[in-house]
Amino acid sequence: MDLEPEIWDIGYLIASILFILGLKKLGHPRTAPTGNLYGASGMLVAVVVTVAQMNFGDGIEGTVLIPAGLIAGGIIGYTMAVRVQMTGVPEMVALFNGFGGAASALVAASEVFRMINNGTIPTDWLTFHVAWIAIGLSTLVGWMTLTGSLLAMMKLKGGFEIFGKWYRTPTWGPEWLNYVKGIFLIGIVGLIYMSLEEPGNQDYVIGIIVLSCILGLLFVLPIGGADMPVVVSLLNSLSGVAAAFTGFIISNNVLIIAGSMVGAAGLVLTNIMCKAMNRRLIDVLFKSFGGTDKETVTRTKVGSDPDEVAMICDGISKCVIIPGYGMAVSQCQHQVREFADILEANGCEVKYGIHPVAGRMPGHMNVLLAEANVPYEKLIEMDDINSEMGECDVALVVGANDTVNPVARSGEGPLAGMPIIDADKARVVVMVKRSLSVGYAGVDNDLFYEDKTMMLFGDGKKMMTELISSMKEL
Amino acid sequence: MELVTLIAAITIFALAIFLGFELITKVPPTLHTPLMSGANAISGITIVGALFASNIASDSGNYPLAAWLGFAALVLATINVVGGFAVTNRMLNMIAGKRRGK
Repeated sequence: MDLEPEIWDIGYLIASILFILGLKKLGHPRTAPTGNLYGASGMLVAVVVTVAQMNFGDGIEGTVLIPAGLIAGGIIGYTMAVRVQMTGVPEMVALFNGFGGAASALVAASEVFRMINNGTIPTDWLTFHVAWIAIGLSTLVGWMTLTGSLLAMMKLKGGFEIFGKWYRTPTWGPEWLNYVKGIFLIGIVGLIYMSLEEPGNQDYVIGIIVLSCILGLLFVLPIGGADMPVVVSLLNSLSGVAAAFTGFIISNNVLIIAGSMVGAAGLVLTNIMCKAMNRRLIDVLFKSFGGTDKETVTRTKVGSDPDEVAMICDGISKCVIIPGYGMAVSQCQHQVREFADILEANGCEVKYGIHPVAGRMPGHMNVLLAEANVPYEKLIEMDDINSEMGECDVALVVGANDTVNPVARSGEGPLAGMPIIDADKARVVVMVKRSLSVGYAGVDNDLFYEDKTMMLFGDGKKMMTELISSMKEL
Repeated sequence: MELVTLIAAITIFALAIFLGFELITKVPPTLHTPLMSGANAISGITIVGALFASNIASDSGNYPLAAWLGFAALVLATINVVGGFAVTNRMLNMIAGKRRGK
């Protein structure tokens, strides 16, 4: 029996099945490494099947560009993945995500420019409309994902360097910016429509690319650093959608399956994170939150010094450490671990209370603490640790604020109803924080001013180091 | 393109979306970042499109820029795929290592 080349598509089915199983297994701690392996194998199958069914032309393109691209991309990607510090992972996921979106958009660009310049625009009504609409949408979503991800990456870093000068990433978004975004979107849809009317005109495609790039920036610009987990997760979903649209352009099912599956899964993850913050996705994306009119802090609190805290911590039997974004910024997870070791050597039980949205990526704290060799079993999720907070002697809050703010229980203000870690139920609360300033939500924290609260004002790494040396001197 | 092909593609698209929604419903927070990173690597499947686009021979009268755009897409997609799976693996090993080493 002579087999048609389409028989290779069976390989794509195998790849799709591997992706489905991989994604499924990635959701459970025990099977996650296998899941990742399945995903990678699926990708290998897809690449091999694609190359195997190709007819290489006479030119250099296929035979040189394909190995060159695979080797160059492979080396760059692998080096980045191996070299990156665990604290830099969120930025890198954002960057990879942008690359994925850009790749889909570039495939769309390659297809459309080729067809226009070769004069091979499909004449059949259906083929033409499907191709051109898919190209328009893939271009829109892909370029948006690239510029949005790059901006999100800069926001995660906190700023960027130009000629040795450090600039903070701006966060700016008045109410009217939403209408501007709407106008851009309408403009892009209009351009897609016009490109259908006049398919030979490249200018429309270039117009879509430019507007989409700007739209991606405008989309992320108003969203503050603390909401970046939600944004990166949403952009992850978008890069999947871009891949799915690209699948429609080249009529390839594995792109459609993997792309739309990641698109949906990314959306689920985005929702999980929004729920943990007690916010709606719509609000995160379109309402400037906190940022503008923060409460001015009028109350004062005398700071404590590490010696005092060390004395309190001497001989306690239970301590819960609650890390937050501040720990990620000052990268003091190793010092936190060392402090915990000292307490444990003195017979104290130490646990870590992990708020679901602490940090800037879901699971950010887990990754940081894992890097500092903190055993997995000691990282306790919010609901479980809260039942133990009553019997806790010292709650050490390292660089967290909104996630332990008791006002969230009172049902008023922006934090109302957000689940928090009940640090205030501990006998003594020690907070390592740079100042009394408000957190991301722009709400003052009553916990600072309670009598049982000791504030250690300063950079997380510096204060934890001093605290450790004070403990050793006791 | 036949209408039946398009409908088949849209059917696959819609079903895969539902599948994606069902696949991950309960995920422990520890796995959120690895899952995001792994899913992101899978969305690098666009590498297949990039491979096709890179294989457009310019001397058979094709527009030369098309192949180079495909090449750029191929490099970026490969970075996304290789880097994505590698970094996910690193994160998962670390978590798993911590569990075993108790």
